[in-house]
Amino acid sequence: MKSSPLPMNNQNTSVFEKIILRKDVRFADRVFFWITRLIALLLVGLLVSMGLFLLNASSLAIRSSGIVSFVSTSVWDPVKEVYGALPVVYGTLVSSVLSLIIAFPLSIGIALFVNELAPAAIGRIVGFLVEMLAAIPSVIYGLWGVFVLVPFLREYLQPWLISKLGFFPLFEGPAYGVGLFSAGLILSLMIIPTISSISREVFAAIPRGQREAALALGATRWEMMKLSVLESSKAGMFGAMMLGLGRALGETMAVTMVIGNRAQIVASLFAPAQTMSSVIANEYAEATSDLHLSSLALVGLILFVVTFVTSSLARLLVWRVTRSQRKLK
Amino acid sequence: MPDDILSVEGLCAWFGEHQALKSIDLNVASHSVTALIGPSGCGKSTFVRCLNRLHEEVPGASASGKVLLQGKNIYDANVDPVLIRRKVGMVFQKPNPFPALSVFDNVVAGLKLAGIRRKSVLKEVAEKSLRQAALWEEVKDKLDKAGTSLSGGQQQRLCIARALAVEPPILLMDEPTSALDPISTAKIEELVVQLKKDITIIMVTHNMQQAARISDRTAFFLLGELIEFGDTSSLFTVPKEKKTEQYITGKFG
Repeated sequence: MKSSPLPMNNQNTSVFEKIILRKDVRFADRVFFWITRLIALLLVGLLVSMGLFLLNASSLAIRSSGIVSFVSTSVWDPVKEVYGALPVVYGTLVSSVLSLIIAFPLSIGIALFVNELAPAAIGRIVGFLVEMLAAIPSVIYGLWGVFVLVPFLREYLQPWLISKLGFFPLFEGPAYGVGLFSAGLILSLMIIPTISSISREVFAAIPRGQREAALALGATRWEMMKLSVLESSKAGMFGAMMLGLGRALGETMAVTMVIGNRAQIVASLFAPAQTMSSVIANEYAEATSDLHLSSLALVGLILFVVTFVTSSLARLLVWRVTRSQRKLK
Repeated sequence: MPDDILSVEGLCAWFGEHQALKSIDLNVASHSVTALIGPSGCGKSTFVRCLNRLHEEVPGASASGKVLLQGKNIYDANVDPVLIRRKVGMVFQKPNPFPALSVFDNVVAGLKLAGIRRKSVLKEVAEKSLRQAALWEEVKDKLDKAGTSLSGGQQQRLCIARALAVEPPILLMDEPTSALDPISTAKIEELVVQLKKDITIIMVTHNMQQAARISDRTAFFLLGELIEFGDTSSLFTVPKEKKTEQYITGKFG
Protein backbone atom coordinates (compact mmCIF):
# COMPACT_ATOMS: atom_id res chain seq x y z
CA MET A 1 0.00 0.00 0.00
CA LYS A 2 1.53 3.26 -1.17
CA SER A 3 0.90 6.54 0.56
CA SER A 4 -2.07 8.41 -0.74
CA PRO A 5 -1.89 12.11 -1.69
CA LEU A 6 -5.10 12.85 0.21
CA PRO A 7 -4.45 14.82 3.41
CA MET A 8 -7.36 13.11 5.19
CA ASN A 9 -5.56 9.77 4.90
CA ASN A 10 -4.91 8.31 8.33
CA GLN A 11 -1.23 7.68 7.76
CA ASN A 12 -0.56 11.23 6.64
CA THR A 13 -2.75 13.16 9.06
CA SER A 14 -0.67 14.50 11.90
CA VAL A 15 -1.86 14.37 15.50
CA PHE A 16 -2.21 18.12 15.41
CA GLU A 17 -4.57 17.97 12.44
CA LYS A 18 -6.57 15.24 14.10
CA ILE A 19 -7.01 17.45 17.12
CA ILE A 20 -8.07 20.56 15.26
CA LEU A 21 -10.41 18.56 13.01
CA ARG A 22 -12.33 17.06 15.91
CA LYS A 23 -15.66 18.80 15.48
CA ASP A 24 -17.40 16.56 18.03
CA VAL A 25 -15.59 18.25 20.91
CA ARG A 26 -17.03 21.60 20.04
CA PHE A 27 -20.41 19.99 19.51
CA ALA A 28 -20.37 18.44 23.01
CA ASP A 29 -19.30 21.77 24.40
CA ARG A 30 -22.23 23.48 22.77
CA VAL A 31 -24.70 20.87 23.96
CA PHE A 32 -23.40 21.22 27.50
CA PHE A 33 -23.57 24.99 27.25
CA TRP A 34 -27.20 24.86 26.09
CA ILE A 35 -28.21 22.36 28.76
CA THR A 36 -26.75 24.47 31.53
CA ARG A 37 -28.19 27.64 30.05
CA LEU A 38 -31.59 25.96 29.85
CA ILE A 39 -31.42 24.91 33.50
CA ALA A 40 -30.39 28.40 34.57
CA LEU A 41 -33.22 29.98 32.59
CA LEU A 42 -35.65 27.40 33.91
CA LEU A 43 -34.87 28.48 37.48
CA VAL A 44 -35.40 32.12 36.64
CA GLY A 45 -38.61 31.11 34.89
CA LEU A 46 -39.72 29.18 37.96
CA LEU A 47 -39.18 32.26 40.13
CA VAL A 48 -41.21 34.41 37.75
CA SER A 49 -43.97 31.84 37.41
CA MET A 50 -44.30 31.56 41.19
CA GLY A 51 -44.71 35.29 41.37
CA LEU A 52 -47.28 35.21 38.58
CA PHE A 53 -49.15 32.33 40.20
CA LEU A 54 -49.39 34.26 43.46
CA LEU A 55 -50.46 37.39 41.61
CA ASN A 56 -53.16 35.47 39.78
CA ALA A 57 -54.38 33.66 42.87
CA SER A 58 -54.59 36.88 44.82
CA SER A 59 -56.29 38.94 42.11
CA LEU A 60 -59.68 38.71 43.81
CA ALA A 61 -58.31 40.08 47.09
CA ILE A 62 -56.42 42.83 45.26
CA ARG A 63 -59.55 43.86 43.36
CA SER A 64 -61.81 43.81 46.39
CA SER A 65 -59.66 45.96 48.68
CA GLY A 66 -56.48 47.09 46.93
CA ILE A 67 -52.99 46.30 48.15
CA VAL A 68 -52.51 49.49 50.18
CA SER A 69 -55.64 49.08 52.25
CA PHE A 70 -55.00 45.31 52.52
CA VAL A 71 -51.62 45.94 54.13
CA SER A 72 -52.81 48.81 56.31
CA THR A 73 -55.98 47.19 57.66
CA SER A 74 -55.44 45.78 61.11
CA VAL A 75 -58.38 43.36 61.28
CA TRP A 76 -58.14 39.79 60.02
CA ASP A 77 -61.50 38.11 60.56
CA PRO A 78 -62.45 35.25 58.21
CA VAL A 79 -65.90 34.93 59.79
CA LYS A 80 -66.85 38.47 58.82
CA GLU A 81 -64.84 38.22 55.61
CA VAL A 82 -62.60 41.12 56.63
CA TYR A 83 -59.00 40.62 55.63
CA GLY A 84 -56.24 43.07 56.64
CA ALA A 85 -52.63 41.92 56.62
CA LEU A 86 -51.17 44.45 59.04
CA PRO A 87 -51.24 42.09 62.07
CA VAL A 88 -49.39 39.30 60.27
CA VAL A 89 -46.86 41.70 58.75
CA TYR A 90 -46.31 43.07 62.25
CA GLY A 91 -45.97 39.57 63.72
CA THR A 92 -43.46 38.55 61.09
CA LEU A 93 -41.32 41.64 61.52
CA VAL A 94 -41.34 41.63 65.33
CA SER A 95 -40.60 37.91 65.69
CA SER A 96 -37.81 38.06 63.09
CA VAL A 97 -36.17 41.16 64.54
CA LEU A 98 -36.46 39.73 68.05
CA SER A 99 -34.78 36.52 66.90
CA LEU A 100 -31.96 38.50 65.28
CA ILE A 101 -31.39 40.54 68.42
CA ILE A 102 -30.99 37.32 70.39
CA ALA A 103 -29.18 35.21 67.79
CA PHE A 104 -26.68 37.66 66.29
CA PRO A 105 -24.51 38.32 69.37
CA LEU A 106 -24.73 34.66 70.41
CA SER A 107 -23.67 33.51 66.95
CA ILE A 108 -20.73 35.90 66.79
CA GLY A 109 -19.73 34.71 70.27
CA ILE A 110 -19.91 31.07 69.17
CA ALA A 111 -17.90 31.82 66.04
CA LEU A 112 -15.22 33.64 68.05
CA PHE A 113 -15.07 30.85 70.63
CA VAL A 114 -14.77 28.11 68.04
CA ASN A 115 -12.27 29.93 65.83
CA GLU A 116 -10.19 31.98 68.21
CA LEU A 117 -10.42 30.73 71.77
CA ALA A 118 -11.23 27.05 72.11
CA PRO A 119 -8.55 24.36 71.80
CA ALA A 120 -8.80 22.80 68.35
CA ALA A 121 -10.53 19.60 69.47
CA ILE A 122 -13.20 21.32 71.56
CA GLY A 123 -13.73 23.95 68.88
CA ARG A 124 -14.38 21.26 66.30
CA ILE A 125 -16.91 19.49 68.52
CA VAL A 126 -18.78 22.69 69.41
CA GLY A 127 -18.77 23.85 65.79
CA PHE A 128 -20.10 20.49 64.65
CA LEU A 129 -22.87 20.43 67.25
CA VAL A 130 -23.97 23.99 66.44
CA GLU A 131 -24.16 23.12 62.77
CA MET A 132 -26.17 20.04 63.63
CA LEU A 133 -28.86 22.39 65.00
CA ALA A 134 -29.56 23.27 61.38
CA ALA A 135 -30.24 19.63 60.54
CA ILE A 136 -33.11 19.30 63.03
CA PRO A 137 -36.49 19.47 61.23
CA SER A 138 -38.39 22.58 62.18
CA VAL A 139 -41.39 20.59 63.41
CA ILE A 140 -39.11 19.12 66.09
CA TYR A 141 -38.26 22.65 67.20
CA GLY A 142 -41.98 23.29 67.30
CA LEU A 143 -42.65 20.20 69.43
CA TRP A 144 -39.87 21.12 71.83
CA GLY A 145 -41.30 24.62 71.96
CA VAL A 146 -44.81 23.37 72.78
CA PHE A 147 -43.76 20.86 75.43
CA VAL A 148 -40.71 22.50 77.03
CA LEU A 149 -40.11 26.11 76.10
CA VAL A 150 -43.68 27.43 76.26
CA PRO A 151 -44.53 25.86 79.68
CA PHE A 152 -41.23 27.10 81.08
CA LEU A 153 -41.86 30.63 79.84
CA ARG A 154 -45.44 30.60 81.07
CA GLU A 155 -44.65 29.28 84.54
CA TYR A 156 -41.32 30.93 85.31
CA LEU A 157 -39.66 33.46 83.01
CA GLN A 158 -42.66 35.50 81.86
CA PRO A 159 -44.28 35.95 85.32
CA TRP A 160 -40.90 37.02 86.66
CA LEU A 161 -40.33 39.50 83.81
CA ILE A 162 -43.89 40.83 84.20
CA SER A 163 -43.40 41.38 87.93
CA LYS A 164 -40.10 43.20 87.39
CA LEU A 165 -40.65 45.01 84.08
CA GLY A 166 -44.43 44.94 83.73
CA PHE A 167 -44.61 48.75 83.70
CA PHE A 168 -42.91 48.58 80.30
CA PRO A 169 -45.51 47.95 77.54
CA LEU A 170 -43.32 45.26 75.94
CA PHE A 171 -43.66 43.08 79.04
CA GLU A 172 -47.21 43.79 80.21
CA GLY A 173 -50.27 41.58 80.35
CA PRO A 174 -50.84 37.95 81.23
CA ALA A 175 -48.22 35.24 80.65
CA TYR A 176 -49.67 33.16 77.83
CA GLY A 177 -46.50 31.24 77.09
CA VAL A 178 -47.32 31.10 73.40
CA GLY A 179 -46.75 34.38 71.58
CA LEU A 180 -44.19 36.62 69.90
CA PHE A 181 -41.61 36.07 72.62
CA SER A 182 -41.65 32.28 72.26
CA ALA A 183 -41.60 32.56 68.49
CA GLY A 184 -38.61 34.89 68.60
CA LEU A 185 -36.74 32.52 70.93
CA ILE A 186 -37.41 29.45 68.77
CA LEU A 187 -36.45 31.37 65.63
CA SER A 188 -33.22 32.56 67.21
CA LEU A 189 -32.23 28.95 67.92
CA MET A 190 -32.98 28.07 64.33
CA ILE A 191 -30.93 30.86 62.76
CA ILE A 192 -27.89 30.58 65.05
CA PRO A 193 -26.30 27.83 62.91
CA THR A 194 -26.65 29.96 59.77
CA ILE A 195 -25.19 33.12 61.25
CA SER A 196 -22.43 31.43 63.23
CA SER A 197 -21.20 29.18 60.44
CA ILE A 198 -21.05 32.03 57.91
CA SER A 199 -19.26 34.22 60.46
CA ARG A 200 -16.82 31.40 61.19
CA GLU A 201 -15.95 31.15 57.52
CA VAL A 202 -15.42 34.90 57.40
CA PHE A 203 -13.16 34.82 60.49
CA ALA A 204 -11.21 31.81 59.24
CA ALA A 205 -10.36 33.69 56.04
CA ILE A 206 -8.39 36.31 57.98
CA PRO A 207 -4.69 35.53 57.67
CA ARG A 208 -2.67 34.53 60.74
CA GLY A 209 -0.39 37.50 60.15
CA GLN A 210 -3.23 39.87 61.03
CA ARG A 211 -3.67 38.25 64.42
CA GLU A 212 0.07 38.20 65.10
CA ALA A 213 0.31 41.86 64.14
CA ALA A 214 -2.11 42.71 66.95
CA LEU A 215 -0.53 40.35 69.48
CA ALA A 216 2.96 41.68 68.74
CA LEU A 217 1.70 45.19 69.50
CA GLY A 218 0.68 44.09 72.96
CA ALA A 219 -2.97 43.32 72.37
CA THR A 220 -4.80 41.03 74.76
CA ARG A 221 -6.86 38.18 73.34
CA TRP A 222 -9.99 40.29 73.28
CA GLU A 223 -8.22 43.33 71.79
CA MET A 224 -6.70 41.08 69.13
CA MET A 225 -10.14 39.75 68.21
CA LYS A 226 -11.53 43.27 68.00
CA LEU A 227 -8.64 44.74 66.02
CA SER A 228 -7.80 41.92 63.62
CA VAL A 229 -10.94 39.82 63.42
CA LEU A 230 -14.10 41.85 64.00
CA GLU A 231 -12.89 45.12 62.41
CA SER A 232 -12.14 43.48 59.10
CA SER A 233 -15.19 41.21 58.93
CA LYS A 234 -17.99 43.78 59.17
CA ALA A 235 -19.29 43.12 55.67
CA GLY A 236 -19.16 39.37 56.17
CA MET A 237 -20.98 39.52 59.49
CA PHE A 238 -23.64 41.73 57.92
CA GLY A 239 -24.13 39.16 55.17
CA ALA A 240 -24.44 36.40 57.76
CA MET A 241 -27.04 38.42 59.64
CA MET A 242 -29.10 39.02 56.51
CA LEU A 243 -29.08 35.33 55.62
CA GLY A 244 -30.32 34.63 59.14
CA LEU A 245 -33.05 37.24 58.72
CA GLY A 246 -34.07 35.63 55.44
CA ARG A 247 -34.51 32.31 57.19
CA ALA A 248 -36.41 33.86 60.10
CA LEU A 249 -38.86 35.75 57.86
CA GLY A 250 -39.97 32.64 56.01
CA GLU A 251 -39.80 30.01 58.76
CA THR A 252 -43.26 28.49 59.15
CA MET A 253 -43.73 25.27 61.10
CA ALA A 254 -42.03 25.96 64.42
CA VAL A 255 -43.43 29.49 64.53
CA THR A 256 -46.96 28.31 63.82
CA MET A 257 -46.72 25.93 66.76
CA VAL A 258 -45.66 28.45 69.39
CA ILE A 259 -46.91 31.88 68.32
CA GLY A 260 -50.50 31.43 69.48
CA ASN A 261 -52.05 32.19 66.10
CA ARG A 262 -54.11 35.25 66.85
CA ALA A 263 -53.94 37.99 64.25
CA GLN A 264 -53.64 41.06 66.43
CA ILE A 265 -51.27 43.92 67.10
CA VAL A 266 -50.45 44.20 70.79
CA ALA A 267 -47.44 45.95 72.27
CA SER A 268 -46.70 43.10 74.67
CA LEU A 269 -44.21 40.50 73.44
CA PHE A 270 -46.00 37.90 75.59
CA ALA A 271 -49.29 38.17 73.69
CA PRO A 272 -50.24 35.64 71.00
CA ALA A 273 -49.73 36.81 67.44
CA GLN A 274 -49.63 35.55 63.89
CA THR A 275 -47.03 35.73 61.12
CA MET A 276 -47.49 35.80 57.37
CA SER A 277 -46.28 32.25 56.96
CA SER A 278 -48.20 30.89 59.94
CA VAL A 279 -51.52 32.38 58.85
CA ILE A 280 -51.16 30.65 55.47
CA ALA A 281 -50.21 27.32 57.05
CA ASN A 282 -53.07 27.56 59.54
CA GLU A 283 -55.93 28.67 57.35
CA TYR A 284 -55.27 27.49 53.80
CA ALA A 285 -56.67 23.99 54.33
CA GLU A 286 -59.86 25.29 55.96
CA ALA A 287 -60.49 28.33 53.83
CA THR A 288 -63.78 27.93 52.01
CA SER A 289 -64.62 31.30 50.54
CA ASP A 290 -62.84 32.51 47.42
CA LEU A 291 -61.95 35.81 49.08
CA HIS A 292 -60.35 34.03 52.03
CA LEU A 293 -58.19 31.87 49.73
CA SER A 294 -57.31 34.85 47.62
CA SER A 295 -56.37 36.92 50.68
CA LEU A 296 -54.06 34.16 51.89
CA ALA A 297 -52.44 34.09 48.46
CA LEU A 298 -51.96 37.85 48.69
CA VAL A 299 -50.23 37.40 52.04
CA GLY A 300 -48.03 34.85 50.31
CA LEU A 301 -47.29 37.29 47.51
CA ILE A 302 -46.27 39.97 50.00
CA LEU A 303 -44.04 37.52 51.87
CA PHE A 304 -42.52 36.45 48.55
CA VAL A 305 -41.75 40.03 47.55
CA VAL A 306 -40.49 41.04 51.00
CA THR A 307 -38.06 38.12 51.33
CA PHE A 308 -36.95 38.60 47.73
CA VAL A 309 -36.27 42.30 48.26
CA THR A 310 -34.54 41.68 51.64
CA SER A 311 -32.16 39.11 50.21
CA SER A 312 -31.47 41.13 47.07
CA LEU A 313 -30.75 44.27 49.07
CA ALA A 314 -28.49 42.30 51.42
CA ARG A 315 -26.59 40.83 48.49
CA LEU A 316 -26.21 44.22 46.84
CA LEU A 317 -24.96 45.78 50.05
CA VAL A 318 -22.49 42.98 50.71
CA TRP A 319 -21.25 43.20 47.14
CA ARG A 320 -20.75 46.93 47.47
CA VAL A 321 -18.92 46.68 50.78
CA THR A 322 -16.65 43.83 49.70
CA ARG A 323 -15.92 45.52 46.38
CA SER A 324 -14.90 48.75 48.09
CA GLN A 325 -12.70 46.70 50.43
CA ARG A 326 -11.08 45.03 47.45
CA LYS A 327 -10.43 48.43 45.90
CA LEU A 328 -8.58 49.50 49.04
CA LYS A 329 -6.21 46.59 48.53
CA MET B 1 28.43 42.55 80.06
CA PRO B 2 26.62 45.47 81.69
CA ASP B 3 25.85 47.10 78.34
CA ASP B 4 23.83 44.11 77.09
CA ILE B 5 20.17 44.99 76.67
CA LEU B 6 19.23 41.37 76.10
CA SER B 7 20.82 38.16 77.22
CA VAL B 8 19.49 34.73 76.42
CA GLU B 9 20.48 31.74 78.54
CA GLY B 10 19.66 28.14 77.70
CA LEU B 11 16.62 28.95 75.58
CA CYS B 12 14.81 25.86 74.26
CA ALA B 13 11.67 25.85 72.14
CA TRP B 14 9.31 23.13 70.99
CA PHE B 15 6.51 22.63 68.52
CA GLY B 16 4.71 19.76 70.24
CA GLU B 17 7.35 17.02 70.46
CA HIS B 18 9.70 18.61 67.95
CA GLN B 19 12.50 20.63 69.53
CA ALA B 20 13.11 23.68 67.36
CA LEU B 21 15.72 25.38 69.55
CA LYS B 22 18.38 23.60 71.59
CA SER B 23 19.71 25.59 74.53
CA ILE B 24 20.64 28.88 72.91
CA ASP B 25 22.92 31.37 74.71
CA LEU B 26 23.30 34.79 73.14
CA ASN B 27 23.90 38.39 74.26
CA VAL B 28 22.83 41.49 72.40
CA ALA B 29 24.45 44.87 72.99
CA SER B 30 22.42 48.06 73.17
CA HIS B 31 22.15 50.11 69.95
CA SER B 32 23.43 47.34 67.73
CA VAL B 33 22.06 45.40 64.78
CA THR B 34 22.24 41.64 65.17
CA ALA B 35 21.58 39.47 62.13
CA LEU B 36 20.38 35.87 62.41
CA ILE B 37 21.26 33.71 59.41
CA GLY B 38 20.88 30.06 58.60
CA PRO B 39 19.03 27.73 56.22
CA SER B 40 15.21 27.40 56.28
CA GLY B 41 13.95 25.56 59.34
CA CYS B 42 17.08 26.23 61.39
CA GLY B 43 15.12 27.95 64.16
CA LYS B 44 16.10 31.57 63.57
CA SER B 45 12.48 32.73 63.22
CA THR B 46 11.46 30.68 66.25
CA PHE B 47 14.30 32.32 68.17
CA VAL B 48 13.08 35.88 67.58
CA ARG B 49 9.49 34.82 68.22
CA CYS B 50 10.63 33.61 71.65
CA LEU B 51 12.02 37.05 72.41
CA ASN B 52 8.54 38.64 72.54
CA ARG B 53 6.81 35.45 73.66
CA LEU B 54 4.86 35.20 70.42
CA HIS B 55 6.13 31.65 69.88
CA GLU B 56 3.81 30.29 72.54
CA GLU B 57 0.73 31.62 70.68
CA VAL B 58 1.16 28.85 68.11
CA PRO B 59 -1.02 25.89 69.19
CA GLY B 60 1.15 23.24 70.84
CA ALA B 61 4.26 25.41 71.05
CA SER B 62 6.26 25.89 74.24
CA ALA B 63 9.57 27.35 75.38
CA SER B 64 11.89 27.21 78.39
CA GLY B 65 15.05 28.95 79.52
CA LYS B 66 15.87 32.53 80.40
CA VAL B 67 15.55 35.67 78.33
CA LEU B 68 16.77 38.67 80.29
CA LEU B 69 15.42 41.91 78.88
CA GLN B 70 17.13 44.84 80.60
CA GLY B 71 18.01 42.43 83.38
CA LYS B 72 14.52 40.99 83.89
CA ASN B 73 13.61 37.45 82.82
CA ILE B 74 10.58 37.65 80.52
CA TYR B 75 9.87 33.95 81.13
CA ASP B 76 9.32 34.46 84.87
CA ALA B 77 5.98 33.06 85.99
CA ASN B 78 4.64 36.45 87.08
CA VAL B 79 5.40 38.21 83.78
CA ASP B 80 2.48 39.06 81.51
CA PRO B 81 3.42 38.34 77.87
CA VAL B 82 1.10 41.15 76.75
CA LEU B 83 3.26 43.72 78.55
CA ILE B 84 6.45 42.18 77.16
CA ARG B 85 5.14 42.58 73.63
CA ARG B 86 4.64 46.29 74.24
CA LYS B 87 8.36 46.62 75.02
CA VAL B 88 9.59 44.41 72.18
CA GLY B 89 8.41 45.53 68.76
CA MET B 90 8.11 43.16 65.85
CA VAL B 91 7.99 43.42 62.07
CA PHE B 92 6.99 40.40 60.05
CA GLN B 93 7.97 38.86 56.74
CA LYS B 94 4.75 39.84 55.01
CA PRO B 95 3.60 43.43 55.56
CA ASN B 96 0.50 43.13 57.74
CA PRO B 97 -1.18 46.51 58.30
CA PHE B 98 -4.72 46.23 59.65
CA PRO B 99 -6.90 46.37 56.51
CA ALA B 100 -9.86 48.03 58.21
CA LEU B 101 -7.75 50.86 59.64
CA SER B 102 -6.39 54.03 58.02
CA VAL B 103 -2.68 54.78 57.76
CA PHE B 104 -2.97 57.00 60.84
CA ASP B 105 -4.93 54.48 62.89
CA ASN B 106 -2.46 51.75 61.95
CA VAL B 107 0.45 53.78 63.30
CA VAL B 108 -1.25 54.59 66.59
CA ALA B 109 -2.86 51.17 67.09
CA GLY B 110 -0.26 50.19 69.69
CA LEU B 111 -0.69 53.47 71.56
CA LYS B 112 -4.43 53.00 71.73
CA LEU B 113 -3.90 49.48 73.08
CA ALA B 114 -1.67 51.01 75.75
CA GLY B 115 -4.54 53.32 76.71
CA ILE B 116 -3.28 56.55 75.12
CA ARG B 117 -6.20 58.34 73.50
CA ARG B 118 -5.40 62.07 73.50
CA LYS B 119 -5.70 63.21 69.90
CA SER B 120 -2.80 65.65 70.15
CA VAL B 121 -0.45 63.00 71.55
CA LEU B 122 -1.50 60.48 68.90
CA LYS B 123 -0.93 63.00 66.11
CA GLU B 124 2.48 63.92 67.39
CA VAL B 125 3.61 60.32 67.82
CA ALA B 126 2.19 59.29 64.44
CA GLU B 127 4.22 61.96 62.65
CA LYS B 128 7.36 61.17 64.62
CA SER B 129 7.08 57.42 63.97
CA LEU B 130 6.33 57.88 60.29
CA ARG B 131 9.35 60.18 59.98
CA GLN B 132 11.47 57.61 61.80
CA ALA B 133 10.28 54.99 59.33
CA ALA B 134 11.12 57.32 56.41
CA LEU B 135 7.50 57.24 55.27
CA TRP B 136 6.13 60.63 56.36
CA GLU B 137 6.77 62.52 53.12
CA GLU B 138 5.05 59.79 51.11
CA VAL B 139 1.91 59.44 53.21
CA LYS B 140 1.36 62.78 54.96
CA ASP B 141 -1.47 63.63 52.54
CA LYS B 142 -3.20 60.27 52.79
CA LEU B 143 -3.22 59.53 56.48
CA ASP B 144 -6.93 58.75 56.33
CA LYS B 145 -6.60 56.27 53.45
CA ALA B 146 -6.61 52.56 54.22
CA GLY B 147 -3.25 51.19 55.30
CA THR B 148 -3.56 48.49 52.69
CA SER B 149 -3.83 51.07 49.89
CA LEU B 150 -0.06 51.70 50.08
CA SER B 151 2.53 49.81 48.03
CA GLY B 152 4.18 46.73 49.51
CA GLY B 153 7.35 48.56 50.52
CA GLN B 154 5.34 51.42 52.01
CA GLN B 155 3.16 48.93 53.90
CA GLN B 156 6.26 47.37 55.43
CA ARG B 157 7.56 50.79 56.52
CA LEU B 158 4.08 51.50 57.89
CA CYS B 159 4.42 48.34 59.97
CA ILE B 160 7.84 49.54 61.15
CA ALA B 161 6.30 52.90 62.11
CA ARG B 162 3.52 51.07 63.93
CA ALA B 163 6.07 49.06 65.89
CA LEU B 164 8.18 52.16 66.65
CA ALA B 165 5.23 54.22 67.86
CA VAL B 166 5.21 52.58 71.30
CA GLU B 167 8.95 53.33 71.61
CA PRO B 168 10.19 49.81 72.22
CA PRO B 169 13.84 49.48 73.24
CA ILE B 170 14.14 46.44 70.96
CA LEU B 171 12.77 45.79 67.48
CA LEU B 172 12.59 42.26 66.11
CA MET B 173 12.46 41.88 62.34
CA ASP B 174 11.62 38.52 60.82
CA GLU B 175 12.88 38.59 57.22
CA PRO B 176 11.37 42.06 56.72
CA THR B 177 12.49 42.46 53.11
CA SER B 178 11.98 39.00 51.66
CA ALA B 179 8.59 39.95 50.17
CA LEU B 180 9.82 43.30 48.78
CA ASP B 181 11.43 44.58 45.58
CA PRO B 182 15.11 45.66 45.56
CA ILE B 183 14.38 49.40 45.91
CA SER B 184 12.08 48.91 48.88
CA THR B 185 14.64 46.52 50.35
CA ALA B 186 17.38 49.15 50.05
CA LYS B 187 15.14 51.70 51.77
CA ILE B 188 14.48 49.39 54.67
CA GLU B 189 18.15 48.46 55.04
CA GLU B 190 19.07 52.14 55.15
CA LEU B 191 16.36 52.66 57.73
CA VAL B 192 17.66 49.87 59.94
CA VAL B 193 21.12 51.43 60.02
CA GLN B 194 19.59 54.81 60.96
CA LEU B 195 17.35 53.36 63.65
CA LYS B 196 20.36 51.93 65.45
CA LYS B 197 20.94 55.23 67.21
CA ASP B 198 17.52 54.97 68.88
CA ILE B 199 16.95 51.28 69.42
CA THR B 200 18.41 47.79 69.27
CA ILE B 201 17.54 45.64 66.29
CA ILE B 202 17.53 41.87 65.89
CA MET B 203 16.87 40.81 62.33
CA VAL B 204 16.32 37.43 60.75
CA THR B 205 17.47 37.29 57.16
CA HIS B 206 18.07 34.58 54.61
CA ASN B 207 20.13 37.01 52.59
CA MET B 208 23.78 36.85 53.67
CA GLN B 209 24.74 40.00 51.77
CA GLN B 210 22.06 41.83 53.72
CA ALA B 211 23.47 40.55 56.99
CA ALA B 212 26.98 41.59 55.94
CA ARG B 213 25.79 45.05 54.83
CA ILE B 214 23.88 46.18 57.87
CA SER B 215 24.63 44.13 60.97
CA ASP B 216 27.24 44.58 63.66
CA ARG B 217 27.09 41.02 64.84
CA THR B 218 25.84 37.88 63.16
CA ALA B 219 24.54 34.60 64.59
CA PHE B 220 24.52 31.47 62.48
CA PHE B 221 21.83 28.91 63.31
CA LEU B 222 21.68 25.32 62.08
CA LEU B 223 19.14 22.65 63.02
CA GLY B 224 18.04 24.48 66.14
CA GLU B 225 21.54 25.17 67.42
CA LEU B 226 23.55 28.35 67.54
CA ILE B 227 26.70 27.35 65.67
CA GLU B 228 28.59 30.62 65.72
CA PHE B 229 28.04 34.14 66.97
CA GLY B 230 30.45 37.00 66.51
CA ASP B 231 31.29 40.28 64.82
CA THR B 232 29.83 40.31 61.33
CA SER B 233 33.11 41.31 59.70
CA SER B 234 35.00 38.39 61.23
CA LEU B 235 32.21 35.82 60.86
CA PHE B 236 32.04 36.42 57.12
CA THR B 237 35.82 36.60 56.60
CA VAL B 238 37.37 34.26 59.15
CA PRO B 239 34.60 31.97 60.47
CA LYS B 240 35.69 29.84 63.40
CA GLU B 241 33.41 26.91 62.66
CA LYS B 242 33.68 24.62 59.65
CA LYS B 243 29.86 24.57 59.24
CA THR B 244 29.69 28.36 59.16
CA GLU B 245 32.32 28.47 56.48
CA GLN B 246 30.48 25.86 54.42
CA TYR B 247 27.22 27.78 54.74
CA ILE B 248 28.53 31.25 53.90
CA THR B 249 30.45 29.90 50.91
CA GLY B 250 27.26 28.31 49.61
CA LYS B 251 28.20 24.65 50.12
CA PHE B 252 24.72 23.97 51.55
CA GLY B 253 21.56 25.75 52.61
